[in-house]
Amino acid sequence: MKLAVYVTLKPGVLDPQGAAISQALAGLGFDGVQGVRQGKLIELDLAEEDRDRAVETATRMCEKLLANTVIETYRIEPAEPA
Amino acid sequence: MRAAVIVFPGSNCDRDMAVALEAAAGRPPAMVWHKETALPEGIDLVALPGGFSFGDYLRCGAIAARAPIMAAVRAHAAAGGMVLGVCNGWQVLIEAGLLPGALMRNASLKFVCRDVHLAVGTRASPFTQGFGNGAVVRFPVAHHDGAFVADERLRVRLAEEDRVAFRYTDAAGKPAPAANPNGSTDNIAGVLSENRRVLGMMPHPERLADPALGGKDGAQLFASLAASLEAA
Repeated sequence: MKLAVYVTLKPGVLDPQGAAISQALAGLGFDGVQGVRQGKLIELDLAEEDRDRAVETATRMCEKLLANTVIETYRIEPAEPA
Repeated sequence: MRAAVIVFPGSNCDRDMAVALEAAAGRPPAMVWHKETALPEGIDLVALPGGFSFGDYLRCGAIAARAPIMAAVRAHAAAGGMVLGVCNGWQVLIEAGLLPGALMRNASLKFVCRDVHLAVGTRASPFTQGFGNGAVVRFPVAHHDGAFVADERLRVRLAEEDRVAFRYTDAAGKPAPAANPNGSTDNIAGVLSENRRVLGMMPHPERLADPALGGKDGAQLFASLAASLEAA
């Protein structure tokens, strides 16, 4: 099954790229941007069809490789309708 | 000193590292491809060179830290062996869990490539024991992701345990904000492991280790390593 893994910086970790995007948006005239945080999306296509087991596997992938848990947090979502 | 340089796809300071190590040790280091699963016998020092291993994909150093050879590097470190990671090598050591903290995008968002001044933070390590007391040296930096990030607990711990090997300073040795090239916490440029035998640092000692390159401050680090082994 397909899973979407969102890897984002933990709250409180400085995100200079997000700050630069925020400034660029202000420069384009988008007012009222109160915050921008940049992260990444990783799409997984797993042979496992059981949702719980697939999420469990993806969690181990995040802990071992996909996220640096010192500074990043992750969220796993099924990428296809249930 | 018997040294090994680990070579990843995308390493680009491995040969400079080999030249600097050979000058200090009197013999060339073993060059070890990342797909190997064992280090040569009797290695004293493993060096992880700078570069862009695996194209900096996912996170700098993340893929290299899971390469086959890294189990042997971890075992070498666990047995008290010396490990030096420079630039991308430090990123790999952090991703491998051998050193604490994180290295993030430079605060300026720009690749920084210039010489910096560094104060030696502690001489209590095989890497730094050969430097003079209060020494200020000049090494080049060249990186995009060199902002060392430590939370409050780690900052306090590194200070209490005297594990900051180098700090970015001005020419007089003051760790001024303007002397910080990348936004690193407390101007930290290099960190030692708990047992003081693993060092990660962003600046490149191997790039200024021969007068023909414009200076030889970096040679002191490699000479220090060789001398620490002779004394042992």
